[in-house]
Amino acid sequence: MAIKDHRLTDEEYASNFGDIHPPFATRDAALVDANRCLFCYDAPCTKSCPTGIDVPKFIKQISTDNNKGAAHTIFESNIMGGGCSRVCPVEKLCEGACVYNLMEEEAIPIARLQRYATEKAIREKWPLFQRAQSTGRKVAVVGAGPSGLSCAHVLARSGVDVTIYEKEPRGGGLMTYGIAAYKITQDFCAEELEYILSIGGISIRYEQELGRNLSLAALQTQYDAVYLAFGVGLARQLDIPGEEQKGVVDAIRFIYDIRTKGYPEVPVGDKVAVIGLGMTAIDAATQAKRLGAKEVTIVYRRTHAEMPCTQAELDIAKLDGCQLLWLAAPKAVLGDGTRVTGLLCSLMQLGSPDASGRRTPADTGETITLEVDMVIKAAGQLPFTQLVQDAGLANEKGKIVTGGSGVTTINNVFAGGDCVNGGKEVVDAVQAGKDAAAAILNYIDSAHS
Amino acid sequence: MANLNTDFLGIRSPNPFWLASAPPTDKKINVLRAFEAGWGGVVWKTLGSQVKNVSSRYSAVDYHGSRVMGLNNIELISDRPLDINLQEIKECIRLFPDRAMIVSLMADNDKQSWHELIRKVEDTGAHGLELNFGCPHGMTERGMGAAVGQDPEIARLVVEWVMEVATIPVITKLTPNVHSVVPTGRASVEAGSQALSLINTIQSVTGVDLDTFIPNPNVAGKSTFGGYCGPAVKPIALKMLTTIAQDPVTAKVPVSGIGGISTWKDAAEFMLLGATTVQVCTAVMKHGFRIIEDLCEGLSNWMDEKGFARITDFIGRSVPTLTHWEDLDMNYHIVARIDPAKCIHCGLCYIACEDASHQSISLTAGHPYNTYTIKEEECVGCNLCKLVCPVDSCITMVEQRHGAEYLNWKEFQRRGLPLNDH
Repeated sequence: MAIKDHRLTDEEYASNFGDIHPPFATRDAALVDANRCLFCYDAPCTKSCPTGIDVPKFIKQISTDNNKGAAHTIFESNIMGGGCSRVCPVEKLCEGACVYNLMEEEAIPIARLQRYATEKAIREKWPLFQRAQSTGRKVAVVGAGPSGLSCAHVLARSGVDVTIYEKEPRGGGLMTYGIAAYKITQDFCAEELEYILSIGGISIRYEQELGRNLSLAALQTQYDAVYLAFGVGLARQLDIPGEEQKGVVDAIRFIYDIRTKGYPEVPVGDKVAVIGLGMTAIDAATQAKRLGAKEVTIVYRRTHAEMPCTQAELDIAKLDGCQLLWLAAPKAVLGDGTRVTGLLCSLMQLGSPDASGRRTPADTGETITLEVDMVIKAAGQLPFTQLVQDAGLANEKGKIVTGGSGVTTINNVFAGGDCVNGGKEVVDAVQAGKDAAAAILNYIDSAHS
Repeated sequence: MANLNTDFLGIRSPNPFWLASAPPTDKKINVLRAFEAGWGGVVWKTLGSQVKNVSSRYSAVDYHGSRVMGLNNIELISDRPLDINLQEIKECIRLFPDRAMIVSLMADNDKQSWHELIRKVEDTGAHGLELNFGCPHGMTERGMGAAVGQDPEIARLVVEWVMEVATIPVITKLTPNVHSVVPTGRASVEAGSQALSLINTIQSVTGVDLDTFIPNPNVAGKSTFGGYCGPAVKPIALKMLTTIAQDPVTAKVPVSGIGGISTWKDAAEFMLLGATTVQVCTAVMKHGFRIIEDLCEGLSNWMDEKGFARITDFIGRSVPTLTHWEDLDMNYHIVARIDPAKCIHCGLCYIACEDASHQSISLTAGHPYNTYTIKEEECVGCNLCKLVCPVDSCITMVEQRHGAEYLNWKEFQRRGLPLNDH
């Protein structure tokens, strides 16, 4: 057993990381599903979309060959509608609410139709929005992820000059660096970013990190307002013996490497344990398998009923051949001094519900040892607590506390997305960006009137 | 198992399904395939004046993902040599003696031409003649087709010519491109036509190409008015059929119903409104002859279910139930009821009623599903909500009579009863 890179041929990598939800091959194929849509009034799908995309309207527009209208309808509510069509857990959002579910019929494939409606617009950079004449107002946005970009786009449309400060060398945030490659490609992330920027009035300064080479105080003086959208990113540690060994990696870093280094360059073990069962855990487990790991076991301390990922996500992992070890909590990473040899787990049982309503796992005292040579930790992400505290922002365990619409405790500083909510979906971040942009415009107007 | 045997003026066929005079019946190869598939009869594509057809010939209306809701054509009558057609008709009759063979005719507009054509056709052994007084394009400019059918007196004259020589049953096919089909129908019957068939196609423009700006079908950059048929025209055909079934003169002759018949249900509806046989074209042009299987089986099963042993048991049965508006019962009142167990919360009933009817549905907001309930006191019983609801039997109309007695509009006025107050 060993952790190795270059396990597969180029063809195998390409096949393993191919698009998991391929787009409609033809217009006819899209129309079959578009025409199934009932065009609900006050539609449950729209109400279940955090950005409130008018789903029946854009599907109707597809069916009338008004492709420009369909793209506009989507982007008007969600400028990352293209990316969201690939990464949204639609089974618990729009598609989960589709009224066809109540007829025991297949829901309308809203995400796939949304991809159909947006793909060409993004690739060909359709000028669907007009930037208002520059007002001379300037806003700084920290973080070029979904929330920051969404906020920047609304502001730019309104004539504000926006500068985005991004710590990475590329924009897109979680989309670019933190999601399974078979869901969304780097090329698409770059295209989507370019499309958003094509409105004009937005510039991005890369490798600018708050607390390192960028200070909030400076931004506050240079700009009329600042929007903080730097997300979360610190991996939660397990705090168990052996965790510091080589061969124990965190899922965020693992996925980041896959997205930035190229598949052959990312080493993976023969037998891998993934700890946790959120979306990131699934992305790590499936991609470990797709990189060539022989066995992948997902270790989760609760049961199927409490799992944070969706069933659709779990199904991807199962179809990839990942094993699941339910009711097991890591107790120690075992090693021989040079490499990981196993993961010792406590077997759990469920006790009474905790504050979130999920039943709390309790140690049974029994243990089990998994023979593994690699452990990927996906036990959740933590906010940048130090950064938030240093900035003097009111926070709750590192999550910035805001009033409605992203208003923080500091005048002219706004915040939204994962750094406020602790880590939700891309589509939630987009909406937070929109809300904050509205608040910022309001603030700028009143500050100058 | 119900008996589908049909006797139309002595013309027998094993079922009431005939193929209408059209491209599927213009040559032996098609007709033999149709008979092999089980069609009861054919009306051979119109013979007569020599013509030449253009390319292209058809255009269609699609609706909400469904192709060919309506079909339009600018094809003329048969452009094959008459002798070949006659020879092939004879062979088809020989090979399938139990099937009905009707030949559609449209001679040049003189007595001599009609007489010659009829004699030649009768020599084939055909069982009946159908006079094409309905073709709405191409032939009308030459004083034929709809030009005859649109003028009752010209129709009467031509039928009289025909009846001078015809020895087999004559069916006159009526054009719908008139304000009423009854005058020409009457004239034809009075002149001796033993039966009627309707409707022929409806003049139409199916659409305009939004890139080239040329209406379809496009013939080298130009188009022309065509004849519209298919499911879209069925309601119009049924109405015209009913007027023929209700007129004291035309009601005396058997009718072959035509106009958008695609399923056994369509056929049963035509028969309930007076058709003895039905003629099909567009559905076959879309799907081929194989649809005859379900046409027969479906009709037969429905007849069994309703206790009809033979088709004459129900032909015309619904005709008396179509009455004048002022004879409708104003005390009859229904209100919509939504079954909450079946409702899928799509809101279609609500928005239809709110924007287009009587604001009789209330919306209770929910996330993500709203609840919709009928305001019975506001509901006028229009059916709109039930029509737009995508769930079968979710919305039903419940009878809540205003009074026990039958009360029509004339009586309502006579009594000076109150009109709506809002």
